[in-house]
Amino acid sequence: MSAEKRSEKNRLRRTMLFLSAQRPSLMKDAYVFGPDSVIFDLEDAVAESEKDAARFSLYHILRRVDYGNVERIVRINGLDTPHWREDVRVCVAGGADGIRIAKCETADDVRAVERAVCEAEAEFGVGQGRTLLMAAIESPRGVLNAVPICESSERLFGVAISGGDFRKCMQTKYYPSGVEMLVARGQILLAARAAGVQCFDTVFTDLDDMEGFRAEVVQNKEMGFDGKSVVNPRQIGIVHEIFTPTAREIREAERVVRAIRENADKGVGIFQLDGKMLDVAFLPGAERTLALAKASGMYEGDL
Amino acid sequence: MKNSIGREIPDELLAGGREIFRGNNHRDGYGYTKAGPKVRAAVKPQESKVVPTLRAAIEACGLRSGMTVSFHHHFRDGDYVVNMVMREIEAMGIRDITIAASSVGSAHDPVAAMIESGVVTGLQTSGIRGRMGEVVSHGKLATPAVIRSHGGRVRAIEMGEVHIDVAFIGAPSCDEFGNARGKGGKSDCGVLSYAMVDAKYADRVVVITDTLVPFPNFPPSIESVDVDCVVVVDEIGNAKKIASQAIRISQDPRELKMASDCARVMAALPYFKDGFSFQTGAGGPSLAVNRFIEPVMRERGIKMKWALGGITKPTVELLERGLIECIVDTQDFDTDAVASVHENRNHYEISTSQYANPMNKGAFVNKLDFAILAALEIDTDFNVNVVTGSDGVLRGAPGGHPDASAGAKCTIIVTPLVRGRIPTVCDRVVTVTTPGESVDVLVTDYGIAVNPSRPDIARALDEARIAHTTIEALRDRAYGMVGVPDEIAFGDHVVAIVEARDGTILDVVWQVEAHDA
Repeated sequence: MSAEKRSEKNRLRRTMLFLSAQRPSLMKDAYVFGPDSVIFDLEDAVAESEKDAARFSLYHILRRVDYGNVERIVRINGLDTPHWREDVRVCVAGGADGIRIAKCETADDVRAVERAVCEAEAEFGVGQGRTLLMAAIESPRGVLNAVPICESSERLFGVAISGGDFRKCMQTKYYPSGVEMLVARGQILLAARAAGVQCFDTVFTDLDDMEGFRAEVVQNKEMGFDGKSVVNPRQIGIVHEIFTPTAREIREAERVVRAIRENADKGVGIFQLDGKMLDVAFLPGAERTLALAKASGMYEGDL
Repeated sequence: MKNSIGREIPDELLAGGREIFRGNNHRDGYGYTKAGPKVRAAVKPQESKVVPTLRAAIEACGLRSGMTVSFHHHFRDGDYVVNMVMREIEAMGIRDITIAASSVGSAHDPVAAMIESGVVTGLQTSGIRGRMGEVVSHGKLATPAVIRSHGGRVRAIEMGEVHIDVAFIGAPSCDEFGNARGKGGKSDCGVLSYAMVDAKYADRVVVITDTLVPFPNFPPSIESVDVDCVVVVDEIGNAKKIASQAIRISQDPRELKMASDCARVMAALPYFKDGFSFQTGAGGPSLAVNRFIEPVMRERGIKMKWALGGITKPTVELLERGLIECIVDTQDFDTDAVASVHENRNHYEISTSQYANPMNKGAFVNKLDFAILAALEIDTDFNVNVVTGSDGVLRGAPGGHPDASAGAKCTIIVTPLVRGRIPTVCDRVVTVTTPGESVDVLVTDYGIAVNPSRPDIARALDEARIAHTTIEALRDRAYGMVGVPDEIAFGDHVVAIVEARDGTILDVVWQVEAHDA
């Protein structure tokens, strides 16, 4: 029903909730939990023998369930499997907003999926360019290729680091400090910011350790991530709470946006506000703060 | 004749002076003389009231065909007492018995056969479940069952509408003179609140225990002055089912989301202030509300004065952490609640009359700020059904639901919008067990609706920026997902009367045909 709704490249994505495409009971209404995006998973969550059935369920969910403002992304199977091309066709035919490419290692991986998406869009009469892409980087090679991956496609809205496989490749495991992921997180953040795309952190799987989860999300925010993949609806509230700007940050952002706009109208490019030098470069950051505040119901102003 | 909530009550049910429901407070100020039991004085000093067998007790009490016997349900699904007594009654050739229980459940499936054979011809209870629910719904009980809330049962007994000939009170511990308690035995249930009215108003009272303790068993819930005889048996029940392991708060994200939303609604209302009072059901989402109010209470530096009703571990934890000043207890659902009522001096046992009887001079429920409860169905008039399933068969219990919701300043129903293919929010519930005038807010996984009779609550939610919609919109959403259910094909025979708290007729349950499975 929403096949031709515009997908939005730079929308707010604080939380991306993973849902198994093998579980229609979960997919039917996961929007009630209020994530910014959901990721219907055709890859690891679906048994090898159930890929077809999962695609079938997924297609009907995409076509029939109104997810409202919640973005619907699909994680397709890896490019080294026989499944991914059919996965792409289902995503495009169903009208998914985006595709998450698992185990992405090179820019060519993204371009291969992009070609398949183009073909499917033509095949199903879906607007060219509607289906967005994101790349999950899960290996050392992927991390080292983060810049070309981030710059590989106009459709690519962001990259995510995926910790499970990456930690194994690096012969380490989860540590509460996050030191084992520090370089990878930093590297893909740098690449994403350089390319002007979004950047998302990996899942946190221990549902009994909500304090550890909270600490990791705080670190994510401090490092500059746009959001985080989550595996359980119980994690959504915590991410949104931490990514929500404080009342003071909101007030400041509002003043900055107003001041820049007013000065721009007067033809002034650089000026002082409360002793700080401001110019148009501060605008996107302040606008992002207000967008986050609006999404969390903390800001009802007109900016 | 239609009552004030639009339910058709057959005229023949009104012949004996019964009245139709005319609103929660219609009988305010009503005058009556309390009933009293026929007492057989035990003047001569005696050593012991212990009789050797259950049969001896039944004989000593002069139980005959056509009489009414009573039971309590503190042993829940672990109860052995009802089946034990009814089998003995059946074996003695006694027939035409009316069971007046505070509730019966799936532990009592064997009684279903006695309904079919005519040993049991009347049933007055809060809950009917399992096989008994089926045989009653299929029209096998000779007279319509009477379904009452916990408060309504006490009212009916105290007003003399139900006269108990012999009360059989299972007790975890009892002394030889009949002082009985919910603790001190092999299978403790904590309190004996439901049985207190039986002891005071039944002509004859038999205590059945598996733990005889030295006199005096003190302080007693059931006093020896009311007890005719004591029977010692091997086991009164299955301890594991009487008090379950600690009931834990749900980890189901959907239930947690609803509980969290319910706590936000509570926190947005003026009643959520230092010294507030609260009752919650023991079901998933309503129970989980305990967890979500705690951080808000800490943040605002407020405490709850008292918590009421059926008690579980999450409420006990709030007491132990100093966030609740006292617990006023009528039933214990888990071992933690049982332990607490034994050990914590701020955890009190009260009678069900104190708890919820609408026709005494003011029950605890009337002082409640919040009642957080569940529903099988809720309709667009906010009427709630907790007793019949979507197939029309009896499978639930009003319990304290109508009592707490009538008394509380704010009653919040927490329930998923659909269960499987069944819409929870609907045009018209199968059976009304709690009238819509008692219900203020509905919290579902798909949104919140406020009863239009409470614009003050709607305004408070608006001020707190809590989104809410109409109950009709939620119904449409539910029907949009699962479709509009077909009408149930009822027969023309009333199998149960649902009494309002005050004794008027709230609704009736019609016969349904048995389906061959």
